[in-house]
Amino acid sequence: MASYRGFDYLEIDTLFNEEERLVRQTARQFVEQKVIPVIKECYNEGRFPKDLIPQMAGLGFLGANLEGYGCAGMSNVEYGLIMQELERGDSGLRSFVSVQGALVMYPIFAYGSESQKQKWLPRLQSGEAIGCFGLTEPGFGSNPGGMTTRAEERGAEWILNGEKTWITNGTVADVAIVWARTSGGIRGFLVERGTPGFTSSDIHGKLSMRASVTSSLVLSDCRIPAANLLPEAIGLKAALGCLSQARFGIGWGVLGAAMDCLETARQYTVMRKQFDDRPIASHQLVQEKLAWMATEITKGQLLAIQCGRLKDKKKLLPAHISMLKRNNVAMALECARLSRDLLGANGIIDDYPIMRHMCNLETVKTYEGTDHIHTLVIGERVTGVPAYK
Amino acid sequence: MKIIVALKQVPARDSQLKVAPSGKWIDESDLTFEINEPDAYALEEALQLKEKHGGEVIVLCAGPERAASSIREALAKGADRAIHIEEDDLGAYDTLALARVLAKAAETEKPDLVLTGLQSDDLGSGQTGVVMAELMGLPHATIIMQVELAGAGLRVKRELEDGWFQFAGMPLPALLTIQSGINKLRYATLMGIKKAKSKEIRRLTAADLGVPPRSTVTVAGIFAPPRMKQTQILDGSPREAAAKLVEKLKFEARVI
Ligand SMILES: Cc1cc2nc3c(=O)[nH]c(=O)nc-3n(C[C@H](O)[C@H](O)[C@H](O)COP(=O)(O)OP(=O)(O)OC[C@H]3O[C@@H](n4cnc5c(N)ncnc54)[C@H](O)[C@@H]3O)c2cc1C
Repeated sequence: MASYRGFDYLEIDTLFNEEERLVRQTARQFVEQKVIPVIKECYNEGRFPKDLIPQMAGLGFLGANLEGYGCAGMSNVEYGLIMQELERGDSGLRSFVSVQGALVMYPIFAYGSESQKQKWLPRLQSGEAIGCFGLTEPGFGSNPGGMTTRAEERGAEWILNGEKTWITNGTVADVAIVWARTSGGIRGFLVERGTPGFTSSDIHGKLSMRASVTSSLVLSDCRIPAANLLPEAIGLKAALGCLSQARFGIGWGVLGAAMDCLETARQYTVMRKQFDDRPIASHQLVQEKLAWMATEITKGQLLAIQCGRLKDKKKLLPAHISMLKRNNVAMALECARLSRDLLGANGIIDDYPIMRHMCNLETVKTYEGTDHIHTLVIGERVTGVPAYK
Repeated sequence: MKIIVALKQVPARDSQLKVAPSGKWIDESDLTFEINEPDAYALEEALQLKEKHGGEVIVLCAGPERAASSIREALAKGADRAIHIEEDDLGAYDTLALARVLAKAAETEKPDLVLTGLQSDDLGSGQTGVVMAELMGLPHATIIMQVELAGAGLRVKRELEDGWFQFAGMPLPALLTIQSGINKLRYATLMGIKKAKSKEIRRLTAADLGVPPRSTVTVAGIFAPPRMKQTQILDGSPREAAAKLVEKLKFEARVI
């Protein structure tokens, strides 16, 4: 079988420079050689492929678009292409890298003190330490501003109480970025593994993101030193600032899952014969689905590249990212469903990546702002009228 | 140790090749290109030797402008600098003429070791390295599976036929043609890709080196091997048919 070459209908490659293509090549080769051979088994067993962490770290994938502290200092387009290739492998693997880079390293980088940066960033970049991001609570998902986790300042310590749930990497994390309400509004804290009063447990029974660790965190009179407050993480907007980073990566990542589905369906429909020994790809109804996917992926690529270029110029707005995340995730999910259909019964089996992508993308549609919530962000940007409540 | 790696950019291995309208070369418009596989191993060997013994790795590449992407990849993997002999039409050079160009460029660097791939995946003549060695007056060894420094020289392992190997000692400077699989290829790390941006690529032409294009070989035409499908019914008793089948498989199809 020919090696995977992504999907490029419109000479999209000419929009990338030499370095960008080289970065994509490294990520693509890594996924082809190290991820594809193991991911099906990991997914089926509900296991995160943790031996890939040092390899990804060594290549520079963790916190790739941050500057200094051992980070690779990639542009945002280069970062996006890494996400695209990783998610072609599996959304769970991409989630790990998103959380580590965008939700843990980024807030320390953007809101942390110099000593917090020195302590954590090199270790998180090298994969020696793993992080998680605790925002969602059992009662507050789409509306994190209602959170009930509290932090009280007592002397040189903060005391945290509350529960966080649906936290990627929760039980494997050495450090958790925890968002909690204080008398001065919502703030971000660094809670280290092993701190008394801090426990975590995994959520079982997931039929999506099975190759990713998802956990609940409990904070019960958990005392942390005052030095673990992120000095600049002030207000919910600081947490949303991290989410913008991660959502940007998701908007690129899902392109990879969509391309993998299309490529699988394309190869299959050209080979599979029904009725008069003709390939099913020769039927108009089949071609319509492939044509839809090809068109929508291409539009999604253009959206991602424009967002990436804007981000590199520091002109990308959260409302732009909402369009990228919402459109591309919904598009990728539809590609997975259409591809599943085109493979017939074979579409449901794990010999092909489609059903795994489809199940994963159901999570991707929900986390980092649901499809609805991003619709409301775009709606507010267009009308000037917020419609969240 | 100063090591030169001669590296060629070729169409990606599983490319669907189409004959160009001229009938004399392939249509390159839809192709992706990559580092010739044995050359990638030669580069890796050079990088490992440098890591063990110190020194410098210089990439030498003759090819059109697009070959710059393969040069950049080699720099990203850890080569220190590169020489790009920019020539749009390598077809105007035969192996000897091209080896003259490469040898001329390599000589100015006075390398301790020159590594090339065993052969190129596109033309596959397997001669460029050997001819270069001759022109540079260097000893050479081909189909190399292992390279070790031994005193002031090298000890190398050559692949012979039928699973046989040969170990040979040789002095330095020398030229080796490297076999695929000699080592494990590394990825270009993101940090390496970033660093490569500031590494030197010296661009020259064959004319700058004073080597004129020359080709004693002319390509009359290229074509895909015609696909032939024949069905033969072997008659007779099962025993006779089986005997005929074995004979055909042995002597016509040569598969047993
Ligand atoms: C595998 C996985 C990993 C995750 N990882 C993390 C993590 O690492 N860190 C973290 O903090 N969180 C994480 N999450 C949580 C995720 O961000 C939330 O699930 C998400 O924000 C949605 O919240 P919810 O599940 O409570 O759904 P709800 O907010 O209850 O939403 C349910 C439905 O109601 C709709 N809805 C809600 N409000 C409105 C409205 N105003 N208008 C219209 N529709 C509305 C939603 O769109 C959705 O369709 C993860 C989730 C999953 C599944």
